[in-house]
Amino acid sequence: MAIAKPSENYWEEKVETSEKVWISVSILACLFMFSVMVVWAIVGRQNPPQEAYRIKTSEFQKRVEAFINKYKIGEENGIPIVEAPSKVDLYMMGRMFQWTPILVLKKGETYRIRLSSIDVNHGFSILPVNINFQAVPQYEYVLTIKPTQSGEFLIVCNEFCGLGHHKMVGKIIVK
Amino acid sequence: MQEVRVCPVTGLKVQKHAENLIKINAIMAVISLLIGGIGALLLALTRWEAIHLLPADLYYRFLTIHGMNMLVFWMVFFECAGLVFASTIVLNARQVAPQYGYLAFSLMLLGWLMVNYIVFTGNFSESSVMFTAYVPLRAHPLFYLGYILFAVGALIFCILFFLNVYNARREKTFDGPVPLFTYGIAAAAVIAVFTLIHGALAFIPVFLWSLDIVKEINPAVYRLIFWGFGHPAQQINLAAMVSVWYLLSYFTVGGITPSEKVSRTAFLLYVLFINAGSAHHLLVDPAYGTSWKIFNTSYVIYLAVLASLIHCFAIPASIEIGQRNKGFNNGLFTWLIKAPWNNPAFAALFISLVIFGFIGGTSGVIMGIEQINMKLHNTLAVPGHFHGTVAAGTSLAFMGLAYYVVPLIFRREWLSRFFAIIQPYLFGIGIAIMAISMNTLGRMGIPRRTWETTFLNVPHKDLLEMFLGIGAIIAFTGLIIFVLHIVLTLLFGKKINGDNKPEFPLITESATSKTATPGTIVLAFIFLLYLIVMFIFNWYLLSRAWEVR
Repeated sequence: MAIAKPSENYWEEKVETSEKVWISVSILACLFMFSVMVVWAIVGRQNPPQEAYRIKTSEFQKRVEAFINKYKIGEENGIPIVEAPSKVDLYMMGRMFQWTPILVLKKGETYRIRLSSIDVNHGFSILPVNINFQAVPQYEYVLTIKPTQSGEFLIVCNEFCGLGHHKMVGKIIVK
Repeated sequence: MQEVRVCPVTGLKVQKHAENLIKINAIMAVISLLIGGIGALLLALTRWEAIHLLPADLYYRFLTIHGMNMLVFWMVFFECAGLVFASTIVLNARQVAPQYGYLAFSLMLLGWLMVNYIVFTGNFSESSVMFTAYVPLRAHPLFYLGYILFAVGALIFCILFFLNVYNARREKTFDGPVPLFTYGIAAAAVIAVFTLIHGALAFIPVFLWSLDIVKEINPAVYRLIFWGFGHPAQQINLAAMVSVWYLLSYFTVGGITPSEKVSRTAFLLYVLFINAGSAHHLLVDPAYGTSWKIFNTSYVIYLAVLASLIHCFAIPASIEIGQRNKGFNNGLFTWLIKAPWNNPAFAALFISLVIFGFIGGTSGVIMGIEQINMKLHNTLAVPGHFHGTVAAGTSLAFMGLAYYVVPLIFRREWLSRFFAIIQPYLFGIGIAIMAISMNTLGRMGIPRRTWETTFLNVPHKDLLEMFLGIGAIIAFTGLIIFVLHIVLTLLFGKKINGDNKPEFPLITESATSKTATPGTIVLAFIFLLYLIVMFIFNWYLLSRAWEVR
């Protein structure tokens, strides 16, 4: 009786069996779900990266430009196409309203991609793989990533960043 | 001495100032709901890309309008009405310092005006910043000031709530433990206090930054503090909604919770652990470590989820006990089949309970898993999830309660029985169709908050977008019926004086004996099975993605 006061000894009243069973099963379900998350963090192959650095946006932009100059192999609609070996760190820069550069990767190799934005927040979404990260200005997020499919993949911005937000589409090519 | 009347239906004392505060908050809630609802329809018809109704700039503008009016204004105005109701009328008590109540309402109204003025008329970059307003997107200073004033007003209502309860005890209008409904609202009020403090911490510096007084705001820190406001704000809705469910199970079928002790403990678990859920929004952000994320995103080993699972049993059990006491005692489900489905308050209660659990709650637990979040962050599945929780769940529960608020507080008879009866079904089923479509599209990577996705190749995209649009149209029909029905009833409905009963029966004698609840335990296990299946399915999807660490 939700608007009347409970009986004086409500704290001593016995809990009915079916509710006791339900609570016990619920606790087990909660522990199970929690354990899966912990176990996956240790042995799973898909875990959010935890390597990140603070960096000035101007400094990040400078490093991206140096990276592009060194490894550029072509251009598409004014966006440089870059192919770098997996032993160096790769860069991906979000800005209103484009992703720079277009990265060329090899299937089955593990890369370190340094992701950041030089203006507002952007969302880094590789489609149709559908794997998503937040690109936050002043923070460099190091994604250690291994493509397991080949083909052309779109990078769609999925954090609202302004009027041209929906036009912000980049590319990753996996050979 | 303040003016007091005795409610002929419930026998409770209704004091004039409390009643006025409930009325003005409820009216502003409904106005906000209408604005947000019109926005909702326009947005859905834009996301249905066969129609693609709005141009890009208007789409983003209405996204901000919709988000602010629904997530903030409609909810919080209604909850402030709830805070007053739970701490005065339910306790037979008076409103303490009513002038501060009117002051709080004025601040909220002023904030509401400022924000709506900016989001409707400001230039694009200063107005379309979304409900989240992530720095360094920079809105007009009035936008932040409005947000702050609104939050301060709501905070005053929370403080008045606690003063009212304290005063009720001191004046002995009430003794012993508070009723369960007030207890749940108190939990919501405690959550609201730390939520609103986070809101102030997030927005005051940003307000100064928009005036060029503060030079720089750290965008990652803003996200952390903002979500200390943005996520718990929805947990206020959660605690308020669960309280309303308990209340409606009592009003509609005389239900009582199987165990006061257990239900109250569950509310306490909300207060203690639910704030940790803020981390849900930061799972794929730079700058946080794995253990921080797992500890927080699981609400500390799922203790707040445990609370929800407890309510998930206790609410239907409460209904079952009420119905069995009324003689519907045969078999497992007679109590449910013979429930008052033609009472909109009951229909709203049950539909919101089912949709909240199966669509909102389940998807929330799953997308809050640290690793699986990589597949859902900022996809359409996120609004899919929270339309299951705050729209079908909280909004529908509040609508259900309104079917009693109008006859009891505004003392008007509903104009149309027919429209009242169909309304919760339309709204609930519409939101369900829409949210399922959004969840499915999001699982395949379709982003949220974006004007165009035509270049993305996803199986059955056109069909799912059509369902999204049709669901939204059905839900909007339910919403507009609700709003128009209330407005017309308040203007032209027959005045209720003296003893005439509200047309939808309100039970004021609760069940006398606590029966067993075999039907509920079956339903609860069906739900748990569904949760586990969805849990495993989503891990399977993740395991097929690129390797990342």
